[in-house]
Amino acid sequence: MELPFIELLTWDNIWALVIIVLKVMAITLPLFGCVAYLTLAERKVIGYMQLRIGPNQVGPKGLGQPLADVVKMMFKEFIIPSDASKVPFIIAPMMVLIPALMAWAVIPFDEGAVLADINLGVLYLLAVSSLGVYGVLIAGWASNSKYPFLGAVRSGAQMVSYEVSMGLTIMTVILLAGSMNLSEIVEAQRGMWYMIPLFPMFIVFIISILAETNRAPFDLPEGEAELVAGFHSEYAGMGFALFFLGEYANMILMSAITAIIFMGGWLPPVSTPLLNAVPGFFWFSLKVAFILFVFLWARATLPRFRYDQLMRLGWKIFLPFTLLWLVVVASSMHIFGLVN
Amino acid sequence: MFADLIFYVFAAILLFSGMGVVVARNPIFSVLFLILSFFTCAGLFVLLGAEFLGLLLVLVYVGAIAVMFLFVLMTIDIDFAMLKEGTASYLPVGLLVGGLMVTELVLAAKAGVFSGEMVQQAMPVPGDVQNIVAIGQVLFTDYLAPFQLAGLILLTAMIGAITLTFRRREGVRRQNINKQVLTRREDAVEMKKVKPGQGLV
Repeated sequence: MELPFIELLTWDNIWALVIIVLKVMAITLPLFGCVAYLTLAERKVIGYMQLRIGPNQVGPKGLGQPLADVVKMMFKEFIIPSDASKVPFIIAPMMVLIPALMAWAVIPFDEGAVLADINLGVLYLLAVSSLGVYGVLIAGWASNSKYPFLGAVRSGAQMVSYEVSMGLTIMTVILLAGSMNLSEIVEAQRGMWYMIPLFPMFIVFIISILAETNRAPFDLPEGEAELVAGFHSEYAGMGFALFFLGEYANMILMSAITAIIFMGGWLPPVSTPLLNAVPGFFWFSLKVAFILFVFLWARATLPRFRYDQLMRLGWKIFLPFTLLWLVVVASSMHIFGLVN
Repeated sequence: MFADLIFYVFAAILLFSGMGVVVARNPIFSVLFLILSFFTCAGLFVLLGAEFLGLLLVLVYVGAIAVMFLFVLMTIDIDFAMLKEGTASYLPVGLLVGGLMVTELVLAAKAGVFSGEMVQQAMPVPGDVQNIVAIGQVLFTDYLAPFQLAGLILLTAMIGAITLTFRRREGVRRQNINKQVLTRREDAVEMKKVKPGQGLV
């Protein structure tokens, strides 16, 4: 029998495939490194904010702590509860991590340094980031236990609520930039970062990404005091590690999106020859690091919201406010003749 | 050529997950298969060059509607045995409807609806116009009134659903958020100087 697709196996095709796989590796492997050291940064930053030192035993200044954590996680036993629904229980952690990684395909790190420069980049990001909620819902359901279930239901409602205000916020940026391509959005900010004319939207977006990633002060799905650990109570070892990786990868992703749509991505703060000589990747990482710091700062300073307050903020305050602001931006663009 | 291969893979997954929706014993698995089939459909749209529609499918159906399904199914108590009762009695009707649809599809294919020229006719957009731009131009010029009307009808339906299910109950204690937010420290805390050995009188 002749295989119908055998002619696809040319060296050119295989070579193209290898190049793509290498590019994907070049993005994901450093990302895992960033996630590992973000956990250390979190413990250090919160430690200093609470007048503690944080981890300082493993390696110089505690820099080996993430490695120790990784080794510990890998050698722990992966326990599947006897009443759990097995296949969903195992798939759920992957379904949290994979969308968080998929989204990086369209993120431009520097001018031209992007894996897939697609025209609908923003829409792709919104679509992919809306998939993460399934991992959480399935994990809570498959565990067959009451605390994970409550955590999953809370988390699902929360993520769906804040996606609305995030989408409307991004819409104002798309209006100003006149494009859904992330590289073009960055280029459109050469004169002025969008966080200046759209400052209220910037604040709404920062708060929404805190809620979207289930981080403090909106970390109700995993509220220790009432839900033990929320949707991942029943997970141990690598299953838990994957949830952890997914949450932190999502944090970095959301910070990168904020840096791109509000803070000019790879562009330097002011366009002088000296600052322009610095590689764009440096500026991009600096901005991402700043927003990540805001994440940790919020966790160290703010008390947790009550659930009804969280829903009220999302639906009764952010939704009308962003809708109104969208109309304001659109009409002022029309009045001042900025329509592109 | 490569696109063909991907098409067959996606089509196979789509058929498999479509079967899964119907035959899965647990309704939760049905919804999960439904999500998989939405997602694969989006892949097929992208393959056809309709990226906007594909992403919209993921955004609306996978990101919002299927989450609602999962929510409802997760929170109601389902008796699996009850659900499966009497499935056999629906079988003849199901087979009839399915057979009818297959016949229609085969007849349509025989008449050449799916042939290359017909597909070309259905795609009047010139190559270099972006998908989303083309849709926007058509939607907000030629079909502005129907588009707005559809939006109004959906809004009416939403308000109708809310008013139909809304019930005002008497004697329910509610939180006054404004009062909570406006509470000052002085309203709740009073500082007293307590002398040692005396206590508060």
